[in-house]
Amino acid sequence: MFDLTGKTALVTGASGGIGAEIARVLHGAGATVALSGTRVAPLEALAAELGGRAHVLVCNLSDPAEVEGLVKRAAEAMGSVDVLVNNAGITKDGLAMRMSDEDWQSVIDVNLTATFRLCRAALRGMMKARWGRIVNISSVVGTTGNGGQVNYAASKAGMVGLSKSLAAEVASRGITVNCVAPGFIETAMTEKLNEAQRGAILGAVPAGRMGSAQEIAAAVLYLASAEAGYVTGATLHVNGGMAMI
Amino acid sequence: MSDIADRVKKIVVEHLGVEEDKVTETASFIDDLGADSLDTVELVMAFEEEFGIEIPDDAAETIQTFGDAVKFITEAA
Repeated sequence: MFDLTGKTALVTGASGGIGAEIARVLHGAGATVALSGTRVAPLEALAAELGGRAHVLVCNLSDPAEVEGLVKRAAEAMGSVDVLVNNAGITKDGLAMRMSDEDWQSVIDVNLTATFRLCRAALRGMMKARWGRIVNISSVVGTTGNGGQVNYAASKAGMVGLSKSLAAEVASRGITVNCVAPGFIETAMTEKLNEAQRGAILGAVPAGRMGSAQEIAAAVLYLASAEAGYVTGATLHVNGGMAMI
Repeated sequence: MSDIADRVKKIVVEHLGVEEDKVTETASFIDDLGADSLDTVELVMAFEEEFGIEIPDDAAETIQTFGDAVKFITEAA
């Protein structure tokens, strides 16, 4: 089950905790992976760890020209892009009343607009192949909202609407488009929280713990697999029960 | 029939899975040959690749029939 041997996958944000784990798991299932991110060192380290079947593609998703070129570069490196995982995301948190246009726009640009552009670019090859898997990493706050994150939550809710609409357009061609919506996940970001903050967060999670990057990667692997061919336009929530939606 | 028309017809027949004699000058991709809107996008993509040309979106919208496609490509190629 969930064998990706012979498939190729482009993962954005692969220098981060969740993105790196997604790349590891897809690679472990047999896929050739293209690791995209802004920071070269962690990408090179991950590629070295994976050994073969891994390509490093440095790309700044806030630059439209670089976004347009990324899928092409990935296809040149791997021969095709069968699986696209839009995992890269940024936050610029702040109360709406004090949020600058720049902080609004940059989050929308990287999280939502780059996702759209990468999907559009990847679809060409997927349509021809009559097979494709797009997995967009949304967030629980795209559904629940979260004070201080109007930009981030809007971008993540936007990814869900984008995915559902795109799923309807391309379902007849063997291409699925789905979202994975993580809740609180152990990453470098959450390690910085103090005990009181952690306690408050965990109080809202019935599972009583944070999730792991592996648990997100496993959801992505499922949606990327042949076995998930009849699942499209869905959002798979991986949040320990903090929002049952 | 011109070389271009032959090549266009081959793409249409292969892509839409229709009989060759159905692909006439005035045959509409959507109304006569059973294409959906996504098929028309794919046909334009296939034409672009076969003939090494760019077909802008506003031009693609005017290509409704086999004859339209041959005419556009003959002028562009």
